[in-house]
This record gives sequence, structure tokens and C-alpha cells, in this order.
Amino acid sequence: MNTPILDRRGFFRVTALASGGFLLGWNAEAAEEATAAAFSPNAFIRITPEGLVTILAKNPEVGQGVKTSLPMIIAEELEIPWEKVTVEQAPVNQAAFGQQMAGGSMSTPNNYDRLRRMGAIARTMLVEAAAKEWGVPADECEAMAGEVIHKPSGKKLAYGALAAAASKLPVPDERSVKLKKVEDFKLLGKRIGGVDNPKIVTGQPLFGIDQKQPGLKHAAYVRCPVFTGKVKDADLDAVKKLPGVTDAFVIEGTGDHYGLLPGVAIIAIDTWSAFKAKDALKVSWEAEAKESFAEHAKKAAEAKPGEGKEIRKTGEPEFPDDGTITAAYHYPHLSHANLEPQNCTAVFKDGAIEMWAPTQNPGSGIDGISRALKIPKEKITVHMTRIGGGFGRRLMGDFMVECAAIAQKLNGTPVKLTWTRDQDLGHDYYRAGGWHHFRGRVDDAGKLVAWADHFVTFGLNSDDRPGNGADLGGDEFPSRFVPNLFLERTIFPSNTPLGWWRAPGSCALAWAIQSFVDEMAHAAKKDPLEFRLELLGEDREVPPSGGRGAPYNATRMKGVLKLVAEKSGWGEKLEKGRGRGIAFHFSHLGYVAVVADVTVSKDGKLKVNKLTAGVDVGPIMNLSGAENQVEGSMIDGLSAAWFQEITVEQGAVQQKNFHEYRLLTMKDAPQVEVHFAKSDFPPTGLGEPALPPTAPAITNAIFAATGKRVRSLPLAKQDLSWT
Amino acid sequence: MKTFSLQVNGQPRTVEVAEDTPLLWVLRDHLDLVGTKFGCGMSLCGACTVHLDGQAVRACVTPVSAVGERKVVTIEGLATNGKFTALQQAWCDLDVAQCGYCQAGQIMCATALLNEKANPTDEDIDLAMSGNLCRCATYTRIRKAIHTAASK
Repeated sequence: MNTPILDRRGFFRVTALASGGFLLGWNAEAAEEATAAAFSPNAFIRITPEGLVTILAKNPEVGQGVKTSLPMIIAEELEIPWEKVTVEQAPVNQAAFGQQMAGGSMSTPNNYDRLRRMGAIARTMLVEAAAKEWGVPADECEAMAGEVIHKPSGKKLAYGALAAAASKLPVPDERSVKLKKVEDFKLLGKRIGGVDNPKIVTGQPLFGIDQKQPGLKHAAYVRCPVFTGKVKDADLDAVKKLPGVTDAFVIEGTGDHYGLLPGVAIIAIDTWSAFKAKDALKVSWEAEAKESFAEHAKKAAEAKPGEGKEIRKTGEPEFPDDGTITAAYHYPHLSHANLEPQNCTAVFKDGAIEMWAPTQNPGSGIDGISRALKIPKEKITVHMTRIGGGFGRRLMGDFMVECAAIAQKLNGTPVKLTWTRDQDLGHDYYRAGGWHHFRGRVDDAGKLVAWADHFVTFGLNSDDRPGNGADLGGDEFPSRFVPNLFLERTIFPSNTPLGWWRAPGSCALAWAIQSFVDEMAHAAKKDPLEFRLELLGEDREVPPSGGRGAPYNATRMKGVLKLVAEKSGWGEKLEKGRGRGIAFHFSHLGYVAVVADVTVSKDGKLKVNKLTAGVDVGPIMNLSGAENQVEGSMIDGLSAAWFQEITVEQGAVQQKNFHEYRLLTMKDAPQVEVHFAKSDFPPTGLGEPALPPTAPAITNAIFAATGKRVRSLPLAKQDLSWT
Repeated sequence: MKTFSLQVNGQPRTVEVAEDTPLLWVLRDHLDLVGTKFGCGMSLCGACTVHLDGQAVRACVTPVSAVGERKVVTIEGLATNGKFTALQQAWCDLDVAQCGYCQAGQIMCATALLNEKANPTDEDIDLAMSGNLCRCATYTRIRKAIHTAASK
């Protein structure tokens, strides 16, 4: 049983080297010293003889709170008071930590059980070490608040005092350790502030863009405004003569959207000199500046039923003119618009690259660098920094590949690449715009009996394969809940890169679908809440068709609908011009229903008074973080639906900065209220599922207030006036 | 390149930069004060808010040559001897931040507001804070934190 100990020590040497100066106050010498006596039964936990307890946060922190909530899970089982824990960002080492990425709201469901076991392993070993020390049976001892107590005698030993002895014990199998009872939890479910809060409010270096290295140079990278355009000619000599500029060169790139875009790199003594030189650069491009969103939109508006490719057919969907409701919905492309622009810092030395990157997905950056620059993966070290907003943008590794290409050329000199705002808006992987041509029928009893959707979307230069995040699945609601259904799709080939935007797919689909559900409720002359509860039907779990995907639990969805209706005062009579709308959506294993309360003035000015959410994601990890995610998701959903639209003309994105791509501000922020259902289902993630139902709740509320059905976004472009 | 002498967080600092260099990049690239953030470069997001003689300004559009004798205070200069201001404390207590990137600018803007109006109304907050974007949309907590700090 010596092997695990050797493994642990071996692992420790690796982390000490790989983390370098990145972990605050952590140098190789101190690490070696700590290694000698520290107790570290797995990659996540380190307890020194002095009693310092360090828990490593395995996944990237984009603002979703996992740097706090995942270590909380370990601390709960470790039986250590939270005030005594120091949290450090883990190095990238997927062999030791498992998958390290921030996406799909998967951090909680993927890690909850395993991290509990990591904490329980350490607790079990500390108890065993104490029992051995006292010569008593382990089951007479209990771990509590950072100490092991011998219950019959009252003797106590702190974890630090047990660290050396515990580190000599064999590590038990993670499946064999006893977990705490959920009702004994002391930490999970409480409100805990983010571990980086003190550093955030004092402006300490945390983010990718804050990284420094000795002798650091600053880079700007000029890409063709038209996606995948190549550099034809660039006046490098002129740029090199500009003040502060130390170098400039062309990078050929790989020419594809997911590799390395061709461009001109400008290296300077500071960011400003690089930016100025970028603006002064004379460069011509070889590109097909053809694509037009307006042309796509014209074509999409003409799409007819039956012209698309079948996604799913159930029963006998028939739509005679008499009694069929039809409606066409449209939403635009969106950009992620992370407030921290894309950036990366890297140094290339002796054939190896080391980088500091605000990445949601270090693996994709490593793969991209390896592919584009032919650097073996084992020669690429990525340090995960805190991230100034993810929303799916930083699942892509393009900015890391660019920085690596520049660093490789600079050979030995560290360099930080910073994108400007117009570059960030202009070279995103966009949430795909789309069109839905709906048909629906209710029977005499007001039951939804037939539903059809001809979905028009985009593919990356493909009319067969939808772009990332641009698909409509055959199980998408109300599929499985309506007896007769027909879903079809048409894909427009497009050269605009598409990507995963917060709650991919759902962020767009839920708006169109829950709006047309509302239209059907009114056609059925039913209360929108009642109609939805009836549509969801009996309490049951509906399996995915073909056995793939997640089951849909109608009971849980009805639960959050009733919860939010009760909390929001659903059903109250309101004066004309004010209205409430309701919507629900299941995504990322989470059940969320939202009620919006809006006022629209006669001249069409919108005020969103309040957004209330009912949420069932199982037990909550960190109540403060969880509420923050739901509050933020709802306002983000409102912000996007109200103001945001990316348009592509002559092959390039037209929006350059926040005056053309607006984010909601303080004055328009509604009151928000979050209610979590008490739930014993396994805990699931919260970064995304509250966003999708928000926009339809708002537009349904606008209908209730004004009688105007919004069928196109953004809201800012719609006429909401009424008489 | 030209030499500029600045007063930053109570310290005299000298930098040699192009004279149109925005204060933002002087702070970040030359003075190692990276708490002031880059978001837009056009005074549209507020992430770069600092104080010049107590007034909130956008450092991304303030050339270093325009700073003159005015005292620069950044997010790093708010706490004294490690003691947080009421706003910094409220930001922690109410767990305002999500990603945290905009929050330095938010706090600098809110600090200037409270210096002018010790007890701001919601309308005062709307007016003072609506130039500061929060992509994570933590606005309700920001508002609450300002009221909390004001009540201290």
C-alpha cells in the first residue's frame, strides 16, 4: 500500500513546478518543505502540520461561483470550518482533477459526488490517524470543525497535529468512504461570499488581462474584418517605425474558423502603442466580402411549411386553414460581449509554451495550439486565471492560439495579447439568429392538439449541419407533450462563426416556443398558467425519445410554475398598460419558471418592474452564489432581448462598441426575486437555466399589458405603443 | 515619449510614455496598478473609472498629459492600512460580484457618488451608475450595497 503515498508525493512535485509563481506566495522551496509533512490524500486537499488547510478549486471561474462552491463541497465533508480554508485555483492537470472546464452548467452535477468523496477520504484518514495515536477504535472518534474528538474521553487533536501521521496511512478507495448525511450539512446551502471578493474590491491582479511577466511585451493582432480573410499586403516597415513598436509580422494562420485566423501581429512596449499602431497599419486583405444578414432574413421570411428537412413527426399533424394559428418569430445573432476582452499572456522557450489564459476550457486552447503550431501537448502549460465573463465565448481557444503563435515568433520574450472591443465584437463565435414558422391547433376543450415548427437556422458554410448551438432537437418542448407534432429545419450556409452562448440553443428557442405557447393559450381562451399546467399534464417523468438525453420531469416543472405563480401574485387584475407574463424552460437539468411584471406607456416605453423566478435544481450549494446566478441570468436575458443584435453585412460584423451593442444598465434593471423549490433531486448547475424562460415571460407580459405580440427581437426595435 | 510626474494613491510616480497615452494604460502597463480595467476604450462601460481630485473620470479616454497636478486615486488606493471603505465592505458582505471584472469601476463610481451625496436615492444611483456596465448584471446587489454603505 505504499504506492498511493509515492503517487501523492510525485503529484506534489508536479504541481509545485507547474504552478510556479502563479499560486500566491507559493514557491518551489516552500512547496518542497510543505510536501515533507503535509497531508495531501488527493490533488484537492493539503493540510500542513501548522493546520493550514488549502483546497484547490478545479474549474475555471467565470463568475458562476465555482471557485467558492466546489471547495465548499469538499470542506463540508472534510468537516472544516470555512473560515479556516484557503482556496487556490488548481493547475491544469486533468489526470489529477478530472475534466477542467466551465460549460453547460455542469460543474455541480459532474463534481458533487466526487468532491464529497475527496473530502470524506481526508476526514476518514484524519480520524484513523487520531484513533491510532490514542490506541482507540476509530468508530469512537469523530471529526468536527477541524479536529478529531475521541467521544468517550473528550480528547481532541487538531487536523494539523494529525497531518504527518495521516499522510503515512493508505488512502482508502473513494467508493468505500462514508459520506455525511445531508441533514448534517453545516456549510452547503448557506450564503457564502466569493473567495476572491476581498481581492476584487481592492483591485488585486486576478484576471487574465492582469498577468505580468518580467520583460513583458504587449501585442495587438489585426485580423481581416471578413471572417477567414487572408493578409494580401501589409506595410510592416511603416508600423515598425511608430513610437513604442518593437516588432511587427504577418501570421499566415490556418485559415479556418476554429484554427488560427491570419493576421498582422504588432509588438510594443505597452498596450496603447500596440493599439495605436494597429489603427495606423496599412493592410489589404484577400476575402469574399459577400455575406449579408439582411439577405438571409429576406429568404428566411419566405420559408414555407414542408420545405425543410424533417426533424421529428409524431401522430398526424394536420393544419387545416380553419382553426390553425400561424406565427413567425425571429431573433438575431448575439455576441458574448464579455467585459474583459479576449486576451492571453504567453512565453515560448526551448520548444515549450507557458501561458496564462482566461479560458473556460484550457483543453480546447491546448488542442488548438498543438494543431496550429505543431507544439506537442505535453509542452504546453496553461495557468487558469480568473475570467471577466465567460458566457460560452471562452470555450473557444482562438485567443490562446493567437497568443501562442506570437510568443513562438518572439521566442523567449513573454507577451500579452489584448483584443480591442471592436475586435471582440467583430470576431466572436456568435449565438445564431433564427426564424420559427409555427402552426398550432387547440381543440374545443382548449387542449393543444397539434404543433409544427419550420425552424430556419445557420450552418458554418453548410446547408446540412447546424452551427454550434444553432440546432433544434427532436425532444425540444412541446415535443413529447403534444399528440401531433411536426418539426423541420432549413439551414442557411454562412461564413459567420457560430458558438455556444449562455444556455446554448435554449437561450433562443425558449423565447420563440414559450411565446407561441402563450398564443395557443389565448387561442384556447385559457389562463396562460393553467394552459401550461395542462400541457405538462400528469405528474410524471417523461423519458427522452430513443433513450438519449435527459428525461423531462413534468412534476418538477409544474412545481416551479406553481411556486412562481404564488410568489409573483399571478392572476391579479392589473390596469391596462401593465401586465404579467409567464414562461418556463427545462435546460441544463434545471427547471425554471419566470413571471415578468411590466409596464408599457401608451407611447411604447417599456419598464420591466419585476422578474420572479421559481427554480428547481435540487439542493443548493451556495445560496448567495445561486441567487446571484438566477438574478444575473434573468437580467442578462432581459438585456439581450431588449437591446442586442449583431448584424453581418459585406461579410463583416457591423457593431463596434457598446453604443451599438448595448447592455442593460442600472436604470433599467428590474427588481428580481428568486425562489428555490425544496428538492431532493441530485444538485445541478445554475449558470444558465434561468436565462431561457426570462425573455418569453417579458414578451408575454408585454402582450398582457398591451395586446401586442412581440414576434421579433430585439425589443428596442419594436413598436410597443398602444391605445 | 515624454516624462510625466503623477500623484497616484498618495505616491509620486514618474512615467515615460507617449503623451496621448490614456491614464488607463499608464496605470496598468507602467505603474503595475491593474485594478483599473479595460472594457471599451471609448468611455462606454465605466470599468476604468478612477478619481481625479475626487471626481470620477474614465481613465480610458483621459490622456496622461491632461492629468496635470490632479491627484489620482484608483481602486488600489481606497482602503487605508488594509481597512476597507464602507462600500468595499458592503460589496463583500452582500457578495455583489460574479465575475468581478467591472466591480472596481462600479466601486469607484459609487465612492464618488457617496462623497457627493451621503444618502443617495434610487434615482441618484440610477443617474450616477448608469454609465457602468455589468455584463453579469449584478445591478440589484450594487444598488443594495450602495444603500447599505450609505447607512453606515
